[in-house]
Amino acid sequence: MSTQLSLGRVARAVAAKDLRIEMRSRVVINQVFPFAGLVMVMFAFALDNDDVLTRVAGGLVWLATLFSLIIIIQRSFAVDTADGALEAQRVAGLDPAGIFVGKALAVMVQLVTLEIMLFVAAVVLYRVQLHADGAVLLVTCVVSATAGLSFVGTLYGGLTAGSRGRETLLPLLMLPVVAPVLIGATRATESAFNSGGAAVSDGWPWVGVLVVFAAVFGLGGILSFGSLIEE
Amino acid sequence: MDAQTFNARVATPTTRLIGALAIVSMAWVVIGGLIVTPKDVDQGDAVRIMYVHVPTAWVAYLAFIVTALASACWLLSRKHSMGFDRVAGASAEVGVIFMAMTLLSGSLWGRITWGSYWAWDPRLTTTSFLLVTYIGYLAVRGLGGSLEQRARRSAVIALLAVLEIPLVHFSVLMWRSLHQKASVLSGDGDIKMDGSMLTTLLVGVIGFTCTFAWLVMHRQRVLAMQDAMQMTQLDAALRERADESAGLK
Repeated sequence: MSTQLSLGRVARAVAAKDLRIEMRSRVVINQVFPFAGLVMVMFAFALDNDDVLTRVAGGLVWLATLFSLIIIIQRSFAVDTADGALEAQRVAGLDPAGIFVGKALAVMVQLVTLEIMLFVAAVVLYRVQLHADGAVLLVTCVVSATAGLSFVGTLYGGLTAGSRGRETLLPLLMLPVVAPVLIGATRATESAFNSGGAAVSDGWPWVGVLVVFAAVFGLGGILSFGSLIEE
Repeated sequence: MDAQTFNARVATPTTRLIGALAIVSMAWVVIGGLIVTPKDVDQGDAVRIMYVHVPTAWVAYLAFIVTALASACWLLSRKHSMGFDRVAGASAEVGVIFMAMTLLSGSLWGRITWGSYWAWDPRLTTTSFLLVTYIGYLAVRGLGGSLEQRARRSAVIALLAVLEIPLVHFSVLMWRSLHQKASVLSGDGDIKMDGSMLTTLLVGVIGFTCTFAWLVMHRQRVLAMQDAMQMTQLDAALRERADESAGLK
């Protein structure tokens, strides 16, 4: 059989499949989104100071995103490993790089939706203010940071999929790797919000870090995902 | 691979030589570090922590370089020799211990000189992330499955860690910096240290490196025996099942 599908077609098909499953089951919308909202409220209880909340809002949004990422990734691979769907995709001859990009794309769509909700929550609960010049920075930061998070999440999710104790292993492997995203996205978001007097121009070098991170792990995932999910 | 061969040769002349070198140089470091070398003008006796801290940090980083190189060799070699995988695993195990020692000695030193056990400094933060990353690497090695699966997974994780560490370091560096500038390798070739202190430090580096090499060589031999045992048990179980089904016929 020489009808090998291109990476782009496999990625689109896998992403559409994952998003269709989510649209039908609504696990992320009904469970992960409320969880993330709850985390935002809990942060307010823990910090208990309006000024501090406004100052650290960017970091709290990204922390809530990271916690939710762990659940979204586990969900994304639980769907595939429950009845051997991941092996079936491999046996069907799908390019593992395509599966990687497709799953990462689906995670990215879910994460961006979640982040929009979290930023609205930050404006309402933490009283942050976003000006027009900060909006461009914020959008660029969200896109590049989410790409990096999705690539790393999919990579390590694939590794731990189907293994014993994956629930505990995934955060241990993934969180140290995404630390640069947490630092970079937090600083860029603070600049976009002008928190603590940070200027918008201070945020752009951090977006550079986020773009490099996404590129490195996107490429790393495309090259190594096949080895990680191979049985 | 035959388990008998390992039993017959617990040590080789090379491991004995390295072990002896490690003992001699460690004794030198203890005597040099605690008695011979002078106190520091600013730090007093606290500077003696350096004779442990700097060599353990060097060995910890060396261990992770060895793990990365051995993993790359496993992935690239056509035969996928399990020896590379075992060296990578053994080196990471020893590296984690040395990295924990580095962080412990560093935080004690920091308490005396900086006034706090911990500071959000790039080198310190990167080192702690490296420790957690390799603890994760060891957890991946323990996931189970075939030897080939273990080798493949852990080799990829080790190489991804090589991508991760510079990114973590660079981002923390952009975040903030406080660590004492490197005094021996300061870049201008001018070494700012008393002669006996420098000698003790260098002997320390040699001693800890020999200890590392000795531990890795023995550990990888133990891993080889474990792997051989796993294979023998698997063969025995298969034979038992085959006999059972033959008996049923």
